Amino acid sequence: MSILTVKNLTKQFGGLVANSNIDMEVQKGSITAVIGPNGAGKTTFFNMVTGVYQPTSGEILLNNESIVGLKPHQVTKKGIARTFQNIRLFGAITVLENVMVGMHNHLHGGLFGTILNLPRVRKEEKEARREAYRLLEYVGLESFFNEEARNLPYGAQRKLEIARALATKPKVLLLDEPAAGMNPKETSELTKLIYNMREELDLTIILIEHDMKLVMEISEHIVVLDHGEKIAEGTPDEIRNNEKVIEAYLGKGAATTAS
Amino acid sequence: MKNWLHTIQQNKRLQALIVGLYIVVTFFSLYLAQKSVVAFLLLLSSLLLLYFTTFSNRVKWLIGGLVMVVLLPLAASQGEAYQSYMEVATLVGIYIAMALGLNIVVGMAGLLDLGFVAFFALGAYTYGIFATGQANNFMPFGHYPLSGESFWVFIFIGCFVAALFGILLGVPVLRVKGDYLAIVTLGFGEIIRIIFNNLDKPVNITNGAMGLASVQPPRLFGIDFMYPSQFYYIVLVILIAVIFAVRRLEFSKIGRAWKAVRENEIAAQAMGIHLVKTKLMAFAVGASFSGMMGVVFAAKQTFVDPTSFTLLESITILVMVILGGMGSVPGVILGAALVTILNLQVLTELTNWLNQLSLNGVISVPDALSPAKMQRFIFGIILILFALYRPQGLLPAKNPVFNEKELKDTDKLVNAGVQKEATQHVHLDS
Ligand SMILES: Nc1ncnc2c1ncn2[C@@H]1O[C@H](COP(=O)(O)OP(=O)(O)OP(=O)(O)O)[C@@H](O)[C@H]1O
Ligand SMILES: [Mg+2]
Repeated sequence: MSILTVKNLTKQFGGLVANSNIDMEVQKGSITAVIGPNGAGKTTFFNMVTGVYQPTSGEILLNNESIVGLKPHQVTKKGIARTFQNIRLFGAITVLENVMVGMHNHLHGGLFGTILNLPRVRKEEKEARREAYRLLEYVGLESFFNEEARNLPYGAQRKLEIARALATKPKVLLLDEPAAGMNPKETSELTKLIYNMREELDLTIILIEHDMKLVMEISEHIVVLDHGEKIAEGTPDEIRNNEKVIEAYLGKGAATTAS
Repeated sequence: MKNWLHTIQQNKRLQALIVGLYIVVTFFSLYLAQKSVVAFLLLLSSLLLLYFTTFSNRVKWLIGGLVMVVLLPLAASQGEAYQSYMEVATLVGIYIAMALGLNIVVGMAGLLDLGFVAFFALGAYTYGIFATGQANNFMPFGHYPLSGESFWVFIFIGCFVAALFGILLGVPVLRVKGDYLAIVTLGFGEIIRIIFNNLDKPVNITNGAMGLASVQPPRLFGIDFMYPSQFYYIVLVILIAVIFAVRRLEFSKIGRAWKAVRENEIAAQAMGIHLVKTKLMAFAVGASFSGMMGVVFAAKQTFVDPTSFTLLESITILVMVILGGMGSVPGVILGAALVTILNLQVLTELTNWLNQLSLNGVISVPDALSPAKMQRFIFGIILILFALYRPQGLLPAKNPVFNEKELKDTDKLVNAGVQKEATQHVHLDS
């Protein structure tokens, strides 16, 4: 069953066509990778799905319901969470609080309840703290919980982005280059984490990644973008041997020379 | 030096001794030497000393409360300077509340607001208009001025009106960001002042540049509040409420949303935070503190006119926030106190002293260089120095430190309830 369906999605920035008539079906519970050379339009695609950019034309359906035109926070409420390629943590607050921000829509303490410090609000906060801590344990960051987020090592910051996204209780999780800047050990931990999340948290995962080992290892379905167009899609094996893909990555003629 | 500080930090009894001794000494110096501004300031600074102790919050509040409610007024009450001391303390309180309000907008939500005094003006005029005969000019019903008993209700009305305007103005203003926001809010602050200055025709609502005179003093159980020593207590009560409110908001869902928006708008939205709503809430809550204090200010001065609400006032409040530490509640309290005292006490005292000297012919200081007129110059210097060397302010904002034990699952804790459950499990298993 397709949880996310994209039809004819196009985004233009002035004369530049960053995404051109993209069609895509993402199966519920799958791990789908979106790959392509630099500037192919992968992040732009994520930005449209999450409401950061409005598409020039086309449709995005989550469970057969259009989410085009929704604001980013509304998309989050619908159950799509994401991480960012250029890390966007809340640097000056603690790691635990970063995760708690992710719970924003699941907490109900209003202005007056908070000012009056009602027992209900106190209880909710306490539970939120524990829940946040559990999420940190899940991604392996619990030892950092009181640190300022900006003081974390790079790899840990990427994981914190994931923990924070999980806190929104998403159905679909979009990861934009989660392994960028990680060393091989961190990358293999991350691979395991992504795999486990899908298994244990009832998630559908779409990830953008340049690390082909990671992509081939965990994705069931791969979509390849180049210059804003979808040039191929299929299983890892299909993509590995696709001439167009090899061409896009290595330049024209590479496919023939290689074979 | 470090070692020595460390020993003190370890030893609560020693701290109690130091704080106690300090309070007693400064209390008696003020009590006996009534004219000593220094003694007054030193007694006030006992609160700062208290802040640095490691006592529990409750103990800090108790001691601080004792100083503010009993000791300070009592020590100051022994001479003629009583009312002027209380006037300073009252104004310090008013400015602290305003600075705490602006701190929510600028420090926590990261929205630079250069027209913040407008909300103070709204509060002041709200009470001023209805507590003088002014309202007779345009109100179709009722008899004005309202009695001083209405003051207590007006504190809430002022709070509400300012919050409402915070939202109304926020809606268009928040479309712009960063530098533009600063310019737009600056414009808004000036517009409000100019409106108050000109709203004497066609219908005379604000009495224009003439201002509103003889505002009704607050009245409670038949007692009129006329003196700073009385307003001091009104301000103190509101201020304590304000401090509790900001403290609770700061570490709540709402405060985290403010900080998230400040740190990264796009990520904040991706966490499900409604950007406009969150910013408007910061505007409204910040404005409401100013609105309340505006009402008190109008009643205390018994006179309201547009000259009290100039751009310089907005800048002054901003300096308090930056000096103390953006986003830091204790810092902003300190910043507001320092700047107010600098304005009211230090600069005026210096001016008096220099005047004295010129009268005696020791030196001659041209009028243009008198310290009281150097306020802007001094603020300018403070802003530059802090921006360069201590951008985080005097007492930088601190993040909450959580207790790991509390965060972990209770299963591991020795807790009667949990143990009972555990034994039940054993039963089931066997
Ligand atoms: N807001 C924008 N305004 C104008 N052009 C943009 C904008 N965002 C992206 N682009 C352009 O769209 C194209 C696709 O960019 P995008 O960031 O989606 O690429 P990408 O596939 O994520 O690349 P990378 O692997 O380097 O992250 C690029 O040419 C980029 O310059
Ligand atoms: Mg990208």
